[in-house]
Amino acid sequence: MAYFLFFALSIICILSVIFMIFVKDQAYNALFIVLAFACLGGLFALLDAPFIAVVQIIIYAGAIMVLFVFVIMMINLRKEFSPEKKKLTLILSLVIGVVLFIEFLFSVKGAFQQLSSGSTESIGNPTSLGKLLFTKYLYPFEITSVLIIAAMVGAIVLAKKKDKDKE
Amino acid sequence: MIPLSYYLVLSALLFVLGTIAFFIKKDLITQFLAIEVMLSAGNLVFIAFAKAMGTIDGQIIVFFIITVAAAEAAVGLAIILLVYRKKKSIRSEDMNIMKG
Repeated sequence: MAYFLFFALSIICILSVIFMIFVKDQAYNALFIVLAFACLGGLFALLDAPFIAVVQIIIYAGAIMVLFVFVIMMINLRKEFSPEKKKLTLILSLVIGVVLFIEFLFSVKGAFQQLSSGSTESIGNPTSLGKLLFTKYLYPFEITSVLIIAAMVGAIVLAKKKDKDKE
Repeated sequence: MIPLSYYLVLSALLFVLGTIAFFIKKDLITQFLAIEVMLSAGNLVFIAFAKAMGTIDGQIIVFFIITVAAAEAAVGLAIILLVYRKKKSIRSEDMNIMKG
């Protein structure tokens, strides 16, 4: 059952990213990425991380992608992108992809033998995660709140500039 | 029990697909989406190793990564909107002011 879920979720995830590469419309691209992130949430749940799975689906597939869809709606490019005529870019990006993939496989090869079993007990219940978040990782947690406020102010200031220029 | 190596290969594949999408696509929004795919591939590795080592610290790192990604998406999309208002285009080939 776990194998079936894993392969189904990973195949849907990879196929939706591949479709994102080949489909031209940006709104469809964003929806494909929503599908991929929802599948990744399912994979996180398979890996004993229910809290991270819910956060992935609510924040990534929900909030961030809604932001993307809103920006796509505001930009509203109806004119067609000119077809990519540069074959060289395609070939070079495929080459860099293959090289990067082989490099990743070599770099994690040691983990294939050593850690192939994995622990069996459940680790990821939200209670222990919250306890660790408010004891060992308290300072990063607080600094993250400052980062969020800075990003919010920055986004508002950046997006507001046009009105000032107009007046 | 799914072995760890399956997750590592899946994550490597996702990261590579994100890289290829970043280089092939020409508009800023889709390139930004490709960067999000790469971030998620990194998250998958963190959670897979957290499961394999039996510790929960990896999940907390992923929690922070998702928070930072939300902040990054807000600022990045604001910058893309600003670029579109200035140049009426979001093609990355048009951003060539600093070309030497």
